[in-house]
Amino acid sequence: MPNFEAGKFDVIVVGAGHAGVEAALAAAKMGAKTLVLTINLDMIAFMPCNPSIGGPAKGIVVREIDALGGAMGKVIDKTHIQMRMLNTGKGPAVRALRAQADKVLYQNEMKRLLEEQENLTIHQAVVEELLVEDEKVIGLVTQVGAIYRAETVIITTGTFLRGEIIIGDLKYSSGPNNQQPSIKLADSIRELGFELVRFKTGTPPRVNSKTVDYSKTEIQPGDDVPRAFSYETTEFIMDQLPCWLTYTSETTHQIINENLHLSPMYSGMIKGTGPRYCPSIEDKVVRFNDKPRHQIFLEPEGRNTREVYVQGLSTSLPEHVQRRLIASVPGLENAEMMRAGYAIEYDAIVPTQLWPTLETKKIKNLYTAGQINGTSGYEEAAGQGLMAGINAALRVLKKDEIVLSRSDAYIGVLIDDLVTKGTNEPYRLLTSRAEYRLLLRHDNADLRLLEIGFQIGLVPQERYEKFLGKKQRIEDELSRLRNLMIKPNETTQALIRSVEGSELKDGIRAADLLKRTEMNYDLVGQLVPSEIELTLEEKEQVEIQVKYEGYIEKSLQQVEKLKKMEDKKIPDQIDYNAISGIATEAKQKLKQVRPLSIAQASRISGVNPADISILLIYIEQGKIAKITG
Amino acid sequence: MEFDTIAAISTPLGEGAIAIVRLSGTNAISIANKVFRSPNGKDLFTQASHTIHYGHLVDPKKDEVVEEVMLSLMKGPKTFTREDVVEINCHGGLVTVNRVLQLILINGARLAEPGEFTKRAFLNGRIDLSQAEAVMDLIRAKTDKAMNVALGQMDGRLSRLIKSLRQALLETLAQVEVNIDYPEYDDVEEMTLPLMIEKSTWVRDEIDKLLLTSSQGKILREGLSTAIIGRPNVGKSSLLNSLIQENKAIVTDIAGTTRDIIEEYVNVRGVPLKLVDTAGIRETEDIVERIGVEKSRQVLNEADLILLVLNNAEQLTEEDRRLFKTIEDMDSIIIINKTDLPTEIDVDEVKQLAGNKRVVTTSLLKEEGVDELEEAIASLFFEGTIEASDLTYVSNARHISLLHLSKSTITDAIEAAQSDVPVDMIQIDVTRTWEILGEIIGDTVEESLIDQLFAQFCLGK
Ligand SMILES: Cc1cc2nc3c(=O)[nH]c(=O)nc-3n(C[C@H](O)[C@H](O)[C@H](O)COP(=O)(O)OP(=O)(O)OC[C@H]3O[C@@H](n4cnc5c(N)ncnc54)[C@H](O)[C@@H]3O)c2cc1C
Ligand SMILES: Nc1nc2c(ncn2[C@@H]2O[C@H](COP(=O)(O)OP(=O)(O)OP(=O)(O)O)[C@@H](O)[C@H]2O)c(=O)[nH]1
Ligand SMILES: [Mg+2]
Repeated sequence: MPNFEAGKFDVIVVGAGHAGVEAALAAAKMGAKTLVLTINLDMIAFMPCNPSIGGPAKGIVVREIDALGGAMGKVIDKTHIQMRMLNTGKGPAVRALRAQADKVLYQNEMKRLLEEQENLTIHQAVVEELLVEDEKVIGLVTQVGAIYRAETVIITTGTFLRGEIIIGDLKYSSGPNNQQPSIKLADSIRELGFELVRFKTGTPPRVNSKTVDYSKTEIQPGDDVPRAFSYETTEFIMDQLPCWLTYTSETTHQIINENLHLSPMYSGMIKGTGPRYCPSIEDKVVRFNDKPRHQIFLEPEGRNTREVYVQGLSTSLPEHVQRRLIASVPGLENAEMMRAGYAIEYDAIVPTQLWPTLETKKIKNLYTAGQINGTSGYEEAAGQGLMAGINAALRVLKKDEIVLSRSDAYIGVLIDDLVTKGTNEPYRLLTSRAEYRLLLRHDNADLRLLEIGFQIGLVPQERYEKFLGKKQRIEDELSRLRNLMIKPNETTQALIRSVEGSELKDGIRAADLLKRTEMNYDLVGQLVPSEIELTLEEKEQVEIQVKYEGYIEKSLQQVEKLKKMEDKKIPDQIDYNAISGIATEAKQKLKQVRPLSIAQASRISGVNPADISILLIYIEQGKIAKITG
Repeated sequence: MEFDTIAAISTPLGEGAIAIVRLSGTNAISIANKVFRSPNGKDLFTQASHTIHYGHLVDPKKDEVVEEVMLSLMKGPKTFTREDVVEINCHGGLVTVNRVLQLILINGARLAEPGEFTKRAFLNGRIDLSQAEAVMDLIRAKTDKAMNVALGQMDGRLSRLIKSLRQALLETLAQVEVNIDYPEYDDVEEMTLPLMIEKSTWVRDEIDKLLLTSSQGKILREGLSTAIIGRPNVGKSSLLNSLIQENKAIVTDIAGTTRDIIEEYVNVRGVPLKLVDTAGIRETEDIVERIGVEKSRQVLNEADLILLVLNNAEQLTEEDRRLFKTIEDMDSIIIINKTDLPTEIDVDEVKQLAGNKRVVTTSLLKEEGVDELEEAIASLFFEGTIEASDLTYVSNARHISLLHLSKSTITDAIEAAQSDVPVDMIQIDVTRTWEILGEIIGDTVEESLIDQLFAQFCLGK
């Protein structure tokens, strides 16, 4: 088939999964002429697994994406079937939203956004080869021989690279959900010299809800208050669908134990590394064999379908065993299986081959984002896609690139972990990965990031001004409460008594009264009413910042230290071989990761403090040499 | 450039009448100010640079005088490191210097890494290019050595205990994390505040015990507990005096002068000793004296090292023989004193009773033989008969300051839990405690929490 020239773009995004759509939208909005190519246009932003977005850490990422001007939050706000705030009984740092998505509506809404976006061209195509000249990407070629030229290319191909589906002893070449896999593109990437790893993940079976006996399960409704991810959402979906909770039974465990030899996980057929946090049901039963039962959540996949996702029953056992497993779960005795669960193996690139901008070190102007970088999860993919899109567009616009720090955002933690430490299993964000999680709350994502979103042109002027107003009102209210004295008069004491607090002995600053456990903003507001009525969000912000001031202060001090180390840049040209004092293992790691700052270097495992000291001295020495020499 | 404030002992460890603890960094003066009291209440901030001040170091928490010192104040940039530098001169003794260092560390300084003063001097432009290589070599060499020492000298019991504390904290942390990251999982026990308090309090109590009883820690804070024993009038108080070179114990020629126990801290050739002069051990009618004698027996039981004094001018008595019997299994040195007087004692019998213990002869009156005695003490100590060495001391200073730090962070956690702060915030202090304890045993594996999470709980879709 003869090749033909099909066009020239600033940014080409390969893939329209969760990473690809954010990358494409961001680049186009920033003014880059953008093309997105994807295997199947009906599968844009498809969710091959859980029909759910958000949750601890991940939900905060969705808010961060929204604050930076990304799409995920707004789209799920329009297309969910239920939304809940999690961890409400805990501190503000770990609260998070989770939504059950209407899978198809989500895809449709995302597709519409892409279609309407200016500067953005969408085309169905299978990319087979990257064109590279002088270690710089210049374009790509598709299955039909179309050559697209580009200044920058972002690859977001998820689990498609040499994807293989496994059910029992059946194994065949396939992308997720029987989509066409990407084999030639995987070859092209390998031929360019990238190191790839083989990872694995899996998904549970789906059943038809009309055959489920819900009377044997517990209902799990959504919250009955309006919730939204996006700060801009004003219309809330109050008509929600519940999920349902049931459990595995003794029979389930027995079936698994009897059929373990049929599991590809145990027969050695699956070689890819799977994530520990998404074990299959056979894994769970084997590893925690003292547990009499495991939870199973039944999650509707949408409003216009009867298909139900059976969370907790992820498996790659043969289909006939899966059928028996389902029947062994209370409520699912007569359930009809619509799709079987399966495991999928795929190639991912070793993420330490990337700069923190997600550009590859090997090939200039080539970026990768999403599951191809060794992560797992829609939100993780979307966060990376957004950053890759932003940085590719900035490259085209010849502006400075943007790297979020670990103290700025969960997205910063995610990318830094990937490019600095790498990962030996599909990487998922957890709140415990963030050392400054008290600062990285879902309630302050806009305060942390909206400014950046505005600067790069993803957040429109009007939204930015609204935000500035909010910020100002919060600051004013904080300083008012910090300065205002409350007298121990009878009104005050009565109010304190009413919430069983201990009475005041003396005057007290309003902020200090608010710090008491039994107090909240509205109570204090009764004593010292504010002239302007704050929004719920603003009140919450004021309350959190006052109540947890001490802890926030501690975290800020740590961040201060981190920033100093981040400011110490490591020159790109540094020759680690020339530094005699650094230990051999550390040298190898440093050469591989090529950290940009002393802070990043110190996070590499195998690089110890003495190596860092020596590195620091070496760099300073270089500076002195330049000045004096 | 701006750095945190570091401190270390900057005179060679061991002998020397004067030892210097040096601080360098932005907060050097403010930290010194917290613990330094001059007789006329000087504020160090208002003093001129390159001046020397007399005064006392005080533990601000207990309002307790720790040491009499001379303090040199040097403001940057005309200092070795180009930062503010404070040098605290205190007399002698590993124990004393160590106490001063601890006080400084508890009040906000960080123990300097090997070669760190020099490194700062370099980074702040004090040392020129040609010296940089040397600095790097120095850091490498010192770090390797310190690491070997730390590994080699670490008390196995200490490291086991720290590991078990960390494991307990890790399990607590994992449980909190699971509650946060997997809120819907109902088969994971909720880490409640009372549970958190219970676990944290246990850890704090263990840290407390460690600080109190860890034998190495005890040697550091108190010195090797050394009891001087012997019949009345043999010269015990004289021995103490000549070891401390000042007249603190009362010396008389009336038998039974010392009726109570006198303690002194001395540094004998780098060995920290807590010397205890006991009332002569003998049967006595005098009640006051009797109490003293009973205490002596007690001291004897708690001692790490015994100095048994005999009188050269008298024959061995049954009492002497009984004393030999009592100290049979203890680290001890036998001293035959008053060699200026005619020998009445049966030296052969003494040697026989002493077995493989060293026998030293002295005339404390004429100041003879003290050198040999000091040498005997030092060699016992350094040859490892008595457990410790001056290098252990270095890592110990680190251990103790880290233990203090971990104690304060876990205390923060407990107090927060008591005032109903949400569990995930208290977590910050618990995590910090876990990290600090990890520094003691050199364990900084980052993934362990996440590993623990998935090993301990059954999670996933
Ligand atoms: C079976 C299964 C189970 C999973 N389970 C979980 C789970 O339990 N928990 C969890 O957090 N995450 C899970 N995931 C992961 C989650 O689905 C992904 O992390 C997320 O969708 C990744 O987004 P992405 O944009 O990187 O890739 P994808 O959403 O996979 O998108 C890839 C895109 O690239 C396109 N593409 C691929 N190759 C080409 C090519 N050559 N040319 C043009 N276009 C191409 C595809 O058409 C697609 O649009 C699972 C995924 C699968 C498949
Ligand atoms: N000739 C001589 N006299 C000594 C020597 N050492 C100590 N004396 C004297 O012996 C007497 C007793 O000395 P102390 O040091 O008080 O003895 P002690 O063992 O502490 O006695 P008690 O506390 O009473 O049990 C004093 O008069 C000392 O001066 C020595 O080496 N030679
Ligand atoms: Mg005496």
